[in-house]
This record gives sequence, structure tokens and C-alpha cells, in this order.
Amino acid sequence: MPIIVVEVMPKAEILDPQGKAVAGALARLGAASSNAAQFSAVRIGKRFELTVDGAVDDAVLAEVREIAEDMLANTVIEDVVSITVAE
Amino acid sequence: MTKIGVITFPGSLDDRDAQRAIRLVGAEPVALWHGDHSLDGVDAVVLPGGFSYGDYLRAGAIASHAPIMTEVIEAAGRGVPVLGICNGFQMLSEARLLPGAHTRNAHQQFIRRDQKLRVENASTAWTNAFTAGDEIVIPLKNADGRFVADDAEIQRIEGNGQVVFRYVDVNPNGSMNDIAGVSNERGNVVGLMPHPEHATEPGFGPDMPDAMRSGTDGLRFFTSALAALLSA
Repeated sequence: MPIIVVEVMPKAEILDPQGKAVAGALARLGAASSNAAQFSAVRIGKRFELTVDGAVDDAVLAEVREIAEDMLANTVIEDVVSITVAE
Repeated sequence: MTKIGVITFPGSLDDRDAQRAIRLVGAEPVALWHGDHSLDGVDAVVLPGGFSYGDYLRAGAIASHAPIMTEVIEAAGRGVPVLGICNGFQMLSEARLLPGAHTRNAHQQFIRRDQKLRVENASTAWTNAFTAGDEIVIPLKNADGRFVADDAEIQRIEGNGQVVFRYVDVNPNGSMNDIAGVSNERGNVVGLMPHPEHATEPGFGPDMPDAMRSGTDGLRFFTSALAALLSA
């Protein structure tokens, strides 16, 4: 069965305390390792996998777009960054 | 007798305290259920605090799509007083009845404290028993309490007087402009993160300078609603 993947990220201007905490941990990891890359920021988003009962057509994708904007993301603080069909 | 409904969602915690607060001001509390499509003819509605659906997806997000929310949105449109406390505030934001949204506290921690607030707008259905500028103390307890909105929206609600409560002395969660509570444009729908229903009875409220646990500043939220209904 096809799976529609919806990815949601916090808006750029919204503080992402989870991402900041991970960035802090990565910096400590980098300090402990001689050849680690330096990462200046981390942002954490969400990935939803919607298993579809049947074929995916434009109508289904339009419905997913609507659901994504209405419920999966809160568009005050988040953006729906992609809707793709897996396999 | 004035009837004020309190909606219980799966994971509501403070529905009984809200019912008790309503009883203490002489109104009749009516227990409402999230899965029903009826407000049972109540005159006002309270969405209580808690962790509906375990805060899955986003705090208040799943509850904002509950069956009874159709009726809540319709009643809010008619001018019925609606109060969202903590998780209830998050639901009203998610339902777009109130501006802004909530994210995790800036410091990432759950916080519980007796919180001082300033009443910025004393003309809403839930604050008319206060005077603008009043400072009150009621308990605060949340993990996702950081009020956020984009700059244009912040300017709009500040200009409209829709910022109803502001944190004083301590901003406990990083909320923009120290915003603790907001209203819709009409002033009948109000939401705030701190809990007025936990400051309604001497002996069980926040500590006050004159006596321990004596704070009852939360009572005036509910007397405000009664006054708003009488004058409507």
C-alpha cells in the first residue's frame, strides 16, 4: 500500500528548544572528538507516514494537503515543508 | 441559576476543580463530555487544564478536533463566554478561536509556581470584576506554555487590547511580550496558562503575604462571567 510522507518543521523564527539542546550536545561531542564536524544549529521537525488504502491520485494528495495544514501542522508555528509519495 | 459547563476530555485533570469554582460563586456547574455534540443549554463554557490525549501531536491539538468543539466554536460565535485554562487555552488556540500558539517552555522544563499576573484588560467576559492594572497571584503549572505569534499578530493583539494577562516579576516560560492570557476580538473567549480554579477557596490557594494558602484571586474570573451574563 502506498505511503504518503508529510514533513513538518517549526517556522524559522520560532525558538526550537529541543534543537538547541541537541546542538549543545553535538558541540560537546565535537569537543571530545578531534576530527568531528562543527554544526552551528539543529532544528527538529516531524515526519508523518500516512498509509493509503488504495491508489494515490491528485484528489488524495489535495486531501492530505488540507489535513496537513489543518491538523498535522499548526501553521501559526509550523510549516508543511513537503508531501511526497513513498514507493 | 446560571449554568456553566465544564468539558471533560480524555486526560483532563482540573475539570472537577473548575466545577467546584463555579459552585463557589453560586452558579451551577454542568459536566460536559468531549464526545457529545451538545452543550446542554449552558450559559458559559470552561475548557479545563490537563494533558488531553497525552499532549500527543501538539498540546491541545487533538482535543481541538473533538466532536463537542463544533458546538463550542458555534457558541463562541454567538458571544457565549468561553474560558480556556492551560490545556484548554491550548485547545482554543489550536481551534483558532484565540490568536497565537504554544510551544515547549523556553527552558524545556515543566514548571509549577504561584505566579503573579497583571490584568491588562478588565472588560472581557472573564475579567470584568477586576480593574485594569490589578496584580493577582494564581498557580501556574505547564510544560508547553510559551505563547508565540508572529510580529504582525503580536502588534495586532497588543493594539486591540487582546492581551488580557501578563506575567509579572518572572516570565516562567519565555512567552513573547510576557503574555499569559489573551482574548478574541469580541472579548467573550479568553484563554490563559495559569489556573484561576486553583485559587478560589481559603486554605487551598496560593500563599499570600498575609497568610499561607489564602489566595482566592481566581474567584473573580467566575464572578466576571456571571456579571457578563446578567448584563448580556
